[in-house]
Amino acid sequence: MTLLDKLLQLLVAVAVFAAVMGVVLLVANRARGRRTDLVSGIAFTAPALLLLLIGLLYPATRTVVQSFLDARSAGFVGLDNYIRIFTQPDLVVVLRNTLLWVVITPILSTAIGLVYAVLVDRTRFEAFAKALIFLPMAISFVGAAIIWKFVYEYRPNQQNIQQIGLLNQFIVWLGFEPMNFILATPWNNLLLIVVMIWIQAGFAMTVLSAAIKAIPSDIIEAARLDGVGGLRLFFYITLPSIRPAVVVVVTAISIAVLKVFDIVRTMTGGQFGTSVVANEFYVQSFRLSDLGMGSALAMILFILVVPIVVYNVRQMRKVDA
Amino acid sequence: MPAPKSGSILRRPSRGTAVASAALGLSLVLAGCGGSNVAGGGGGNAAASNPECAAFSQYGDLSGTRVTIYTSIVSPEDEPHINSYKPFEECTGAQIVYEGSKEFEAQLPVRVQAGSPPDIAYVPQPGLLKTLVTQNPGAVKPAPQAVVANVDQYYSETFKAAGSVDGTLYGAPLGSNVKSYVWYSPQAFAAKGYTVPKTWDEMVTLSNRITADGGKPWCAGIASGDATGWPLTDWLEDVMLRENGPEVYDQWVSHAIPFNDQRVVRALDRVGSILKNPQYVNGGLGDVASIATTTFQDGGLPLLDGTCYLHRQANFYAANFPEGTDISENGQAFAFELPPINPAQPQTILVGSEFVAAFSDRPEVQAFQAYLSSPEWANAKAKAGSELGQSGWLSANTGLDPNNLSNPIDKLSAEILQDESKTFRFDGSDLMPAAVGSASFWRGMTDWITGQNTSDTLTYIEESWPASS
Repeated sequence: MTLLDKLLQLLVAVAVFAAVMGVVLLVANRARGRRTDLVSGIAFTAPALLLLLIGLLYPATRTVVQSFLDARSAGFVGLDNYIRIFTQPDLVVVLRNTLLWVVITPILSTAIGLVYAVLVDRTRFEAFAKALIFLPMAISFVGAAIIWKFVYEYRPNQQNIQQIGLLNQFIVWLGFEPMNFILATPWNNLLLIVVMIWIQAGFAMTVLSAAIKAIPSDIIEAARLDGVGGLRLFFYITLPSIRPAVVVVVTAISIAVLKVFDIVRTMTGGQFGTSVVANEFYVQSFRLSDLGMGSALAMILFILVVPIVVYNVRQMRKVDA
Repeated sequence: MPAPKSGSILRRPSRGTAVASAALGLSLVLAGCGGSNVAGGGGGNAAASNPECAAFSQYGDLSGTRVTIYTSIVSPEDEPHINSYKPFEECTGAQIVYEGSKEFEAQLPVRVQAGSPPDIAYVPQPGLLKTLVTQNPGAVKPAPQAVVANVDQYYSETFKAAGSVDGTLYGAPLGSNVKSYVWYSPQAFAAKGYTVPKTWDEMVTLSNRITADGGKPWCAGIASGDATGWPLTDWLEDVMLRENGPEVYDQWVSHAIPFNDQRVVRALDRVGSILKNPQYVNGGLGDVASIATTTFQDGGLPLLDGTCYLHRQANFYAANFPEGTDISENGQAFAFELPPINPAQPQTILVGSEFVAAFSDRPEVQAFQAYLSSPEWANAKAKAGSELGQSGWLSANTGLDPNNLSNPIDKLSAEILQDESKTFRFDGSDLMPAAVGSASFWRGMTDWITGQNTSDTLTYIEESWPASS
């Protein structure tokens, strides 16, 4: 393809876009009488709906169908893929790990973010302290995973070999034997989770700090006049006031955690009993070409996300009401 | 390439990003081609007058055509590849667009199923080639006549069979490797008075002697991202070949005997007698379990500091030694053939290779395929690699002149591959179905080295063998 061809293609694409928009505006403009609103409404939403249909509904439906088919999407196998997920020991470990991630990460990152936000609130070095914890947010999951891989890195205690891992260096300084952390199943899952918490705590802190600052100062003042301070102020005034923000943070992190893939893939590749659903989905679908199993795992992920999203939406509605 | 199955730890953050950046990379390549196209046209004119182009006249004038290549060979190994296409580009006028990706193995099937395959892909495993051929009828084109003729003339039967599916040749071998090597340091051996062992027993005796001298004889590393475990599959395959011979090996690879047959149990236990022996491993790297977390790239480096003396790994490991390492018969690093175990069995060399699969049968694609399977290309690639000072690459093409390879280990490997008295067998895990060869076999070996016993491991892999194949 020459440069001219490419420019021509570009022109055609722009022309098509303009034509579609033209038709939409024309139809919306031409509508007269009782049905004006309906017609213009359809005219404006139709392109978006169409794209949604092609880009979201069709693949979603296909995934559902494929999860009941075999590896090559040829024969119908019923619930076989799902049964395998819940019975095959390898895959049960994957489910267990995902559960660990979903339970531990949102709670800990939110808690750390919240405590941090309260502690640095209105102190002299607030901006600096916030920047410090927010920095990891700017690092990609893969970058973060590589950094932490080095933190956990193991070298034996022999023949003048130097530790290159931070954690093991501390252990050696304290006079203990270095440990191969990444191999310690199932504890190694927690070591991976730490990476996610490290990244997400900054996000939690930012949102919660803003919420804390939004609490009307007269409420705080009134509480103080009533002699409430310290921990009691936190539990009786601060926390209830920012409850909606906490819910948003917890659910947002939960959804991010369910999709965690990069960290596991970079740090262990799912070895040593650390695989999670999203990683296993990738392995099954693309490396092993088992589309049935991959789709079934994607469905599991979807089913796990739904209640969190529903809860999130309901909470938001309550706040608005 | 250093590792057909290697998984970098520097994975792309997500598929979306990978695709986006691949697209960006491709468009940059395309943009760059506007200029080189003109140059290519000029080269086409030169073809008539340039005597070096005589060998290319059979391909005809291909001016204005393009061939796209997709491969897992990325920088810096891609450079001699790209350079080796220049004679073809200059003499025929065709243009070769090269795209390398670390996510190749996952992305290629996606591109094929999506109907936008490259013209040519370098498939690193015969198992993947077979999957592509059987799962996407008609997508992979059978090798054209010229390629079949080249493969018949220049390659041994083992390589031809590995590139064929149901008797039809689909992929000619490209780069090949010799896997049955034990790396050692000739200088350290000379200093300590050790000699290269000729039999397995001698190797064990040597290991005991090193232990008695207060050293750790072996070092190993099998971590390789989500491909962690593959170096152990090579170990087991090598020992299977040496203990039971090529016939039993073939039966095992094709699942004619169960994966957890008693003979396999014995072979894996023999591997364990070295790798699971705390006295023997893991020189400079830790205990037995540290084999699982040491990357295969780092696994053999302690050879250079004398913290270990033996490291079983393929010829491509040469590329992992730091720049300036003297890799030669009397240098800092060299390799000997993993010695025989059973004198009744022929000394069999485990080999691997990547294959050229074509998804298009346009004349320029077929011409380029023919070029890649010819001795001209093998020699051009060898020279291009030598010019860049790279080692660890060779071809099984018998038309390859070993003198074009600069590195002694590459020369030795090329001579082994061209030695007609040797028996060859293809890497077994590469031939097995993906569910075994690139999943349960790797995972099983990883669990085994971290403590699972032999029979549980082999039974786990046996049970994962797909019912249909």
